[in-house]
Amino acid sequence: MIRVQREDFDAGAELERLAAGNHRIGGVASFIGLVRDMGGRERVSALTLEHYPGMTEKRLAEIETEAHRRWPLDAVLMIHRYGRLEPGDRIVLVATASAHREAALAACHFLIDWLKTEAPFWKSEETPAGERWVEARHEDDAARERWSAPVPESREKI
Amino acid sequence: MRLLYFAWLRTRIGCAEEEVALPSEVRDVAGLLDWLRTRGTGYSEALRDLRVVRVAVNQDYVGPEHPLREGDEVALFPPVTGG
Repeated sequence: MIRVQREDFDAGAELERLAAGNHRIGGVASFIGLVRDMGGRERVSALTLEHYPGMTEKRLAEIETEAHRRWPLDAVLMIHRYGRLEPGDRIVLVATASAHREAALAACHFLIDWLKTEAPFWKSEETPAGERWVEARHEDDAARERWSAPVPESREKI
Repeated sequence: MRLLYFAWLRTRIGCAEEEVALPSEVRDVAGLLDWLRTRGTGYSEALRDLRVVRVAVNQDYVGPEHPLREGDEVALFPPVTGG
């Protein structure tokens, strides 16, 4: 399931709902992204997330489909916020549920790495020197690349 | 054709979206970018370094050789920084 929204989310309630009623699920993995107060060397007082409505949901749905293709997942949830956020605020929640931990943990890691390089969101930071657009990090591309290797046959059957 | 601009491409070009009639010689994404650069300093400044410009046609990422058709929605934006 995918949600792109301005408002905050209750991570505990979302995780509980993800597994509710499905007793095949043996594990839930999650990642929560937060607004940091430093961007490079400068203090960040707030950031604004812009996105491309329509394409955002489409890309996230494709990423979710790809995760289901690679791992046996019972449920996937991705919530991404947009608008103005302050340090400590939640930006994103990625959660996966599966019978076993390996699929849930790996799929969660895969989803956040792909989301960061594929989903059309852009951050603008407010700093003492003014407002500036955040530049994409090479590390994020490298993190996504590690998932590009062909999926071993055995992994698909876990 | 509908053109959309996001993040610093939007601020440099000075608008979020516009409707344009493409010259007949513009057939693909590379041709569109070349033509846009001739439309003013905001455009030429924003599109100076194409290594930091991503293009989506009808909400799918495409490369410079992707053909364009009347009625396409074309979006230009920098590498993404969400998550």
